[in-house]
Amino acid sequence: MSSLRGTGSGWARSRINLLSTPFILVAGLVLIALIGQFRGDVVFDRVVTVMFINLLLTVGLQIFMGNSGLGSFGQYAFVAIGAYASIWFSLSPEQKSLALPDMPETWWLYGQHQPFLVATFIAAGIAAVGGGLIGIAFVRLRGASFTIATFAMLIVVNRVALQWEALTRGARTVLGIPKYTDLLTAFVWAAIVVVIAFAFKESTFGLKLRATREDEAAAASIGIHAALMRWIAWTLSAGVSGLGGALWAHFIQQFSPHNFYLRETFLIIAMLVIGGAGSVSGAALGTVVVALGQEQLRQTENWINAERTAGSGLFGAIPFDVRGFADIVLAVAIILVLIWRPAGITNGREITFATFRRLWPGNRNIPRGGADPVLGDVS
Amino acid sequence: MNAISEGIQYLISSLSLGGLYALMALGLVIVYGILRLVNFAYGELVMVAGYGLLLFGDSPLPWIFVAILSVVAALLAGVAMERVAFRPVRNSNATTLLITSFAVSTLLQSVALLTISPRPRAPRLPGLFVESVTFGDLQVKIVDLIGIVVGVLALVALTLFMRRTVIGLALRAAADDFTMTRLLGVPANRVIASAFAVSGLMAGIVALFWIGRTGQTYPSVGLQPVLIAFIASVVGGMESLKGAVLGGYVLGFLTMGLQTWLPQGVNNYRDAVMFGIVILVLLLRPQGLVSPSYSREAR
Repeated sequence: MSSLRGTGSGWARSRINLLSTPFILVAGLVLIALIGQFRGDVVFDRVVTVMFINLLLTVGLQIFMGNSGLGSFGQYAFVAIGAYASIWFSLSPEQKSLALPDMPETWWLYGQHQPFLVATFIAAGIAAVGGGLIGIAFVRLRGASFTIATFAMLIVVNRVALQWEALTRGARTVLGIPKYTDLLTAFVWAAIVVVIAFAFKESTFGLKLRATREDEAAAASIGIHAALMRWIAWTLSAGVSGLGGALWAHFIQQFSPHNFYLRETFLIIAMLVIGGAGSVSGAALGTVVVALGQEQLRQTENWINAERTAGSGLFGAIPFDVRGFADIVLAVAIILVLIWRPAGITNGREITFATFRRLWPGNRNIPRGGADPVLGDVS
Repeated sequence: MNAISEGIQYLISSLSLGGLYALMALGLVIVYGILRLVNFAYGELVMVAGYGLLLFGDSPLPWIFVAILSVVAALLAGVAMERVAFRPVRNSNATTLLITSFAVSTLLQSVALLTISPRPRAPRLPGLFVESVTFGDLQVKIVDLIGIVVGVLALVALTLFMRRTVIGLALRAAADDFTMTRLLGVPANRVIASAFAVSGLMAGIVALFWIGRTGQTYPSVGLQPVLIAFIASVVGGMESLKGAVLGGYVLGFLTMGLQTWLPQGVNNYRDAVMFGIVILVLLLRPQGLVSPSYSREAR
């Protein structure tokens, strides 16, 4: 077991090294939050807050995908459930009469008016219960069948949300949601989820689940209940996604079922895969890299379009509005990563103290820390 | 209109739609059979053909050549897609392949969005697509009749191709047991490239009728066909070409039936019900309606 987990140079040291990951990640988040807080720039504040929410969602996806090795395209079904469920409970009846005008006043739900924190927990709970119920059936599936089933679930939830006007206002945008999520709230939740994801990965459940990912038959032969381990991770992951939905709803303040569909799904999968699905550090790093990269590209895009409209120089010659360039770069990036570095930037490892010590000149021989035994190369 | 002509009308529309759905499903299944890749980007091949219609339609060529060029464009796009994106990750697991195809799909849509237009465009279509003929009190769209004929012809041609040609034999063998097929000296690259070529061809033919029905092409025009292909192939059987055809026709009849006889309010939930059925089939009868007739390669 110790060789599975450590750097190979003594139990105590490897244990400390292993546990350094959540501290390093949270320290990184603190740094970003501080920069966001003190730049006092509205746009940057927004970018960082959205990034924290996406980080929470990507890490939530990692809890399931990274440990089980199965792909989920259905995470945004739970984000949608979390977002709508949170506003059912957080809005006052007066606010509901404007935001969800189709909800009958006689409903018990209509009279609910809970503090935001309570609404958030309820939303995460509803998503987890929904995930847990459908998960009982899903965990029997493998490979492509599993992913297609999760994709089908996304579509079912999307279509139901588009039609069930009493609960969602149908295809129309829900407006007038109070802004309860700010940069600090998003940061705190993201940090908590990073710690939860890490704790789960290193827990008995996480370790067993990772064993089934590598060889289900071998794992079963030593008494691991693969379906149960998958179910636990899936349900936890659904709950985290619901939590993310609740936070996002009270940040963005208006949304419709179209905000929880393929584009959004693709973004968090891209963040996870580019960073490396095998580790929590990968999910976190991938989110930061993709979010900052996209923001930079969007700014470049706007600048090019401004130049183009002004008709100056080279850009005046472009015959179309430069739009969606960030998406193209993201899609190319994910394909290239899958071809050249399938385990992502982090190569499926966690970032640990050893990672930093190795950066020091002459320290290349220090063993890499936090290697996932199979996804990364075992050194 | 009496009950008999209503029945005939329903039969014709369903056969036409079913044939179209069968072709959609076939294009997906022929690749899945060999690579175990569910190709999300299949819908973007439909889009390529759609923009082909738009591009070549501006030329003075007769429409039939425009159609052929567009189908060829989709075929080439299918082969190119395999060469550039899927070949390098071919030996990865199912999840990686799926994510790759999701990325390819997003990439092609974004490129179309950037370089062409996010707005729907109407390609030049012959009058055939809107005209109808009348038999007594029966009014039939010409495009439905052509659709039935083309659907059947394409299925017959594909059957002959799979049964009578060497590459067809290789495709069937590879779908059965790819490793063994390679050991017997069949070049893997050529087999897989052919599968993608057939897939592109199907997407091209589908595009003619799909875009013929709606009259518009836009970057996400391929989404609905690919979703239909998912449903039809999962229900029919992902590992069997016969299953794909059956699934396509069943879905065609079902869709027309629901549209004709169900009230609109219920019909809005149609997609939700269909995908609910997909989940149920995956859980209860993962092989679909038609089990693969061959010995399935152990993976």
